[in-house]
Amino acid sequence: MKKKLALLLITAMTVSALTACGKSAAPAEETAQVQDEAETEDEAPAQDEASSEDETSSQDTAPAADGELIKVGFAQVGHESDWRAANTKNYQDTFSAENGYELSFVDCDNDHAVQIETVRGFIEQELDYICIAPIQSAGWDTVLQEAQDAGIPVLIVDRAVDADPSLYTTALGCDMVAEGEAAGNWLAEYLGDKEANILVIEGSVGASATLGRTEGFDNILAQHDNWTKLDSQSGDFTQAGGQEVMESFIKTYGNGGFNVVVCQNDNEAYGAMDAMDAAGITYGVDGDVQIISFDATHDGLQYTLDGKITCNVECNPLQAGFAEEVVKKLEAGEAVDAWTLVKDEAFVAPGIESQYAITMSQEVLDGRAY
Amino acid sequence: MEKIKKITKMKLFLPIFSMILVMLINVVYDIAAGNAPLSFFTISINNGILYGRLIDVLNRGSEVAILAIGMTLVVSASAGTDISVGSVMSLSGGLCCMLLAGYGVTNVSEYNVPLWVGMLAGIATACVCGLFNGFLVAYMNIQPMVATLILWSAGRAIGLLLCNSNIVYVRVPSFQFFGGYCGIIPTPIIIAAVCVVIAGLVLRMTALGTYIQSVGINKRASRISGFNSAKIILLCYVICGLCAGIAGLVATCRIYSADTNNIGLNMELDAILAVALGGNSLGGGKFNLAGSIIGAYTIQAITTTLYALGVSSAQAPVFKAIVVILIVVIQSEAVRAYFKKMSAKRAAAKEVVKA
Repeated sequence: MKKKLALLLITAMTVSALTACGKSAAPAEETAQVQDEAETEDEAPAQDEASSEDETSSQDTAPAADGELIKVGFAQVGHESDWRAANTKNYQDTFSAENGYELSFVDCDNDHAVQIETVRGFIEQELDYICIAPIQSAGWDTVLQEAQDAGIPVLIVDRAVDADPSLYTTALGCDMVAEGEAAGNWLAEYLGDKEANILVIEGSVGASATLGRTEGFDNILAQHDNWTKLDSQSGDFTQAGGQEVMESFIKTYGNGGFNVVVCQNDNEAYGAMDAMDAAGITYGVDGDVQIISFDATHDGLQYTLDGKITCNVECNPLQAGFAEEVVKKLEAGEAVDAWTLVKDEAFVAPGIESQYAITMSQEVLDGRAY
Repeated sequence: MEKIKKITKMKLFLPIFSMILVMLINVVYDIAAGNAPLSFFTISINNGILYGRLIDVLNRGSEVAILAIGMTLVVSASAGTDISVGSVMSLSGGLCCMLLAGYGVTNVSEYNVPLWVGMLAGIATACVCGLFNGFLVAYMNIQPMVATLILWSAGRAIGLLLCNSNIVYVRVPSFQFFGGYCGIIPTPIIIAAVCVVIAGLVLRMTALGTYIQSVGINKRASRISGFNSAKIILLCYVICGLCAGIAGLVATCRIYSADTNNIGLNMELDAILAVALGGNSLGGGKFNLAGSIIGAYTIQAITTTLYALGVSSAQAPVFKAIVVILIVVIQSEAVRAYFKKMSAKRAAAKEVVKA
């Protein structure tokens, strides 16, 4: 009796597990398709040449003057920030019909399953190139293998994947370590022989930006005997976190106990400035404390222009040009590097000249894409 | 000896004891590091405002303390927890900033609508969220955690939609006032104190506290004795929503912006922990509001202590977990029973010696 019952249970569980799988796969596929369709509809009015946007039969309808359009698929992470929006717009502008491309853009809304299905869709549509900005780093082997079997080159952009490099053609993105080093190099140039007592407000524990920026800055720190890293704590990339950590730092080290604060993103820097305002500590170009920040968002650069954040290192969202470069090389049959670095700029407050950074001005701020 | 016994038997003894224990870590550290031994407790006036680590604890602990009021009542009446409070905080802050700035605008230096309209709308929405949770729990008899799971995930998402997935800044001094300073005292401390005093007075002066406890101890028996159990549970959830709304506004005013992705993130867990650290049973029934409030500040004291000690951010969660486990174990029934047994044995031994 017991055996029978167990058998029955196992069958029931297997059946339910199978149906569950089927269910979860189906909507993902549907959403991906729906998004594809929505995309074509969206794109058509957005572009001047409204005629050429049908993905399946583009060869027949493509404008003959430009020859054959290169079909590129881009599986974007989502639209969680201004940074991401600028990144998306950059891809749409670069891979435009005028430039000889037909871009299939899909916003995967931070859903890994949707992204995988989107890439599968690209493979089925037999696109020429696939760009993926991976939402998560794991779980890519199968679909990358499928793309390789179909002979479609894959570009991993912006973030990294945990997969064998032979499975994709090339990867490109910002180097967080280089960003940290840029900040350190600028500080060395700015301070000269003066000593530095440094406080670091880190980003979220374990985030790639936190690890890279810390490592890069520490590399430069190690070269200077008169630099001391007093303390480093996580502010979780938020303004509230930065403020709370700074309040505590001020109590531990006192006014005058430190002269450099490194915040690993702009929001943390805003919080740190509020905390220093409350404690009556002056900061900025004319103040006692120099603030170094990362991300260089529009608001952050406004503070740099005002001389409050002395140095702001960007994480460049305008990556499509680098991707296009790779595509052009592949079209010409040339070999491409396994890794392409997207160059980041650093910005310093007006009145400071630096070989590592651009001096901020209103024109620079107005010229920013985001 | 009798006096000590009396003190240790007080309901609030263990929560207060735990909090002092946490703060003593700082004293030990300061002595070891060669600082002034009581530097953690020193309060001074610096740059025209109160300054000191104790002030930080009171200031930063405000949100969790406000949340703990509502959570205590919910736990007591429905023997379950409201896990949506963090998301509701984000929603109320997001709506308030969206109204004050106007939809789609991310940075303003003057109000789009009067301040009180935005604040009232934020708090009212939070109350509606509480009403929704309460309705599901009290009238639909859904498990509290499942019922509040809906808003746990949806609340923050609605907040993001309202703010168009952006961080909306309201850079107006009268808005920043509620997260800044009122004279020399941080305003959040005053807001939390007012909330606690009002809650305490209402529970003391009216029979509401007794009603809630009796519903929590036995819902059916209370109904049979003439209480409208469902209505009382509903009321508790609305109060919890109200508290979440106020806490959300405090958190929003602190950074004068609606960072809907991060406001109140995981704060529901801190609120539940505060209730537990306050010596309350999560199984409902009798509750001790003062305990929960002390619990809330204990959690903040741990965080502030970690900053003061300079524990690296990667190790901090482990350290925090160890402290929390110690406090919970000290307060557990098993440990209490053990100490009772020990003291009884000692008393018995004394009797024998005397005889």
